[in-house]
Amino acid sequence: MGEVKRGYVRPLDLKQGRVDLTHGSGGRSMVQLISELFAKHLGNEYLGQGNDGAVLPAPTVEGRPGRLVMSTDCHVVSPLFFPGGDIGCLSVHGTVNDVAVMGATPLYLAAGFILEEGFPLADLARIVESMAHAAREAGVPVVTGDTKVVERGKGDGVFITTTGVGVLPDGIELGGSRARPGDAIIISGSMGDHGVAIMSKRENLSFDAPIESDTAALNGLIAAMLATGADLRCLRDPTRGGLAATLNEIAGQSEVGMMLHEKAIPVKPVVAAACEFLGLDPLYVANEGKLIAICAGSDVERVLAAMRAHPLGREAALIGEVIADDHHFVQLTTAFGGRRIVDWLAGDQLPRIC
Amino acid sequence: MKYIDEFRDGEVAKNLALSISAAVEPGRSYSFMEFCGGHTHAISRYGLSDLLPPAIRMVHGPGCPVCVLPIGRVDMAIDLALNHGVILCTYGDTLRIPASEGLSLMKAKARGGDIRMVYSTIDALQIARDNPAREVVFFAIGFETTTPPTAVAIQQAEAEGLVNFSVLCCHVLTPSAISNILESPEVRQWGTVPLDGFIGPAHVSTVIGSRPYEFFAEEYRKPVVIAGFEPLDVMQAILMLVRQVNEGRAEVENEFARAVSRDGNLKAQDRVAEVFELRREFEWRGLSVVPYSALKIRQKYAAFDAERRFNLDYRSVPDHKACDCGAILRGVKKPQDCKLFGTVCTPENPIGSCMVSSEGACAAHYSYGRYKDMH
Repeated sequence: MGEVKRGYVRPLDLKQGRVDLTHGSGGRSMVQLISELFAKHLGNEYLGQGNDGAVLPAPTVEGRPGRLVMSTDCHVVSPLFFPGGDIGCLSVHGTVNDVAVMGATPLYLAAGFILEEGFPLADLARIVESMAHAAREAGVPVVTGDTKVVERGKGDGVFITTTGVGVLPDGIELGGSRARPGDAIIISGSMGDHGVAIMSKRENLSFDAPIESDTAALNGLIAAMLATGADLRCLRDPTRGGLAATLNEIAGQSEVGMMLHEKAIPVKPVVAAACEFLGLDPLYVANEGKLIAICAGSDVERVLAAMRAHPLGREAALIGEVIADDHHFVQLTTAFGGRRIVDWLAGDQLPRIC
Repeated sequence: MKYIDEFRDGEVAKNLALSISAAVEPGRSYSFMEFCGGHTHAISRYGLSDLLPPAIRMVHGPGCPVCVLPIGRVDMAIDLALNHGVILCTYGDTLRIPASEGLSLMKAKARGGDIRMVYSTIDALQIARDNPAREVVFFAIGFETTTPPTAVAIQQAEAEGLVNFSVLCCHVLTPSAISNILESPEVRQWGTVPLDGFIGPAHVSTVIGSRPYEFFAEEYRKPVVIAGFEPLDVMQAILMLVRQVNEGRAEVENEFARAVSRDGNLKAQDRVAEVFELRREFEWRGLSVVPYSALKIRQKYAAFDAERRFNLDYRSVPDHKACDCGAILRGVKKPQDCKLFGTVCTPENPIGSCMVSSEGACAAHYSYGRYKDMH
């Protein structure tokens, strides 16, 4: 009779294995998935506590209790792997950025995974590794998490929800309702890279475009901007709906109008070409590593200089100004010499026929 | 971007605007219809009307494929998706056209219809190959630009023996629509729609050539300038139209010579003629029933005709009572004249088809130009 090894569990098959329903059922398989995959890559002292919740020190700023900023973001991107990134790093960047644009220092992340039965464990491992890499780079650990498995056909491979907590120093008040006429509108770089990178790999639409997603954590860039002491009114990352949606949001919240200058808005030639080809407008295409900054008109140069000194803000540009307008329109002077509205997007951007 | 930026150059535009202003005769006004939605879109998107002198009025025409599709035709497509269990393939813009009972293809999709957006007929054929056990129907809409690819798809399906593929053909013809407008009482008798000339279609003309417009120039004494879809193309065409009007000429001129010839694309025309024949009549949104204004699939390819295969009957459905899309498509009204414009009818919740595609007169004005109504 062979000897039974005590406590031996055959390791996860990360080459051929697939997610099955037992991975979410609360038994040994689930514990194994957590320890051999999630804890292995994402591990840190808080996640290592292994309790139902992480016990964290209360955040302070210079020794005093700070205000908490909390944000959550669900990630359902298709395809899961795209040029320049994947759903793993995206789920870290998205939430870190949402906390950081409030002016806060992001401290902790929580991650929830919904896995579809049959999803290859090798792909899951790639995603978790990428997530771990992004979290390390941003300096924001994943301190707690959860995993559920849904039956085949009831999910789209992997959905990831991340929640972030950060601490906000006194004196920093950023918000969408703080834009005033005369303020400057700045963006940190070219528009539309992420959306076009994703679209180029969609199943029914693959085309060869040498373009990578801009997905990146912006907390470092934002810290550099805050350090200038410039009068920043609002920071926001123009994700879904692109520049157009985000500026319309701010214009509405602040009850102001905006005047943009098309020529000043950086769009990479390959993105412009892809949009032209697909019948889309780059101003409505998603970004995942760019921010919009609204600051006092007199502080433009200071903010731009700080941004351009940071690797993620090298192409920062002043693209327009906040104006008084009872209708809260975002307008644009076209490179052609005319003027038009940059309106909210109605539903999805759909390609035109002709 | 090479070959694009050259046609959007603000400096050239300024000079053209000066030439147009200089060409406009004092005390005279000029009304030109841009037939195509592509031109409507360019005019709004680039703020072109800001560069034109007030004496020039641009009238939006019916050349927006989504806008002229009547409710009854969208109902047929929805019926196929919801009640016949087919995979319905459609161009993107078509998804949001309002149909009967508050539905659209988008909403039918949410109700479980297997409706897929495709970029080309090639995608639709591939879906048919990938799903041999399912019926796959391509919802074919559009003017002469999109007709040749549909013809090729049908011939390809026949060659491959792709028996689960068929086409719901709603292709319409540009010259019929232009005739209809020129024959309308608003233009012919009452003069309520002054029309001094047309900007002729860009992409449509690459297929049909410039020859079909010669009839309008001769018979109705209306100048036609065929123009590309770039803003400088439109400006140049306007200048050419102003000159024709001033000189009392009514000719077909071709500004879009880089893509359009007099005869057009003969190969494409042959393919279309092999697969399609004229429909006796077709209902257009806005223009009502227009004789010989659309195409149907020939008997030879009947197996690929979804109307025959699924025994579909066309049922005409009236537009919303207060919707002025009809009058707007004929140039009789402007979007802002419609009671529903910007109140009940917005791009988020379109009542009429002109509010759906960004080529539609209402959507273009709402999305790009409505600030002009408010100051």
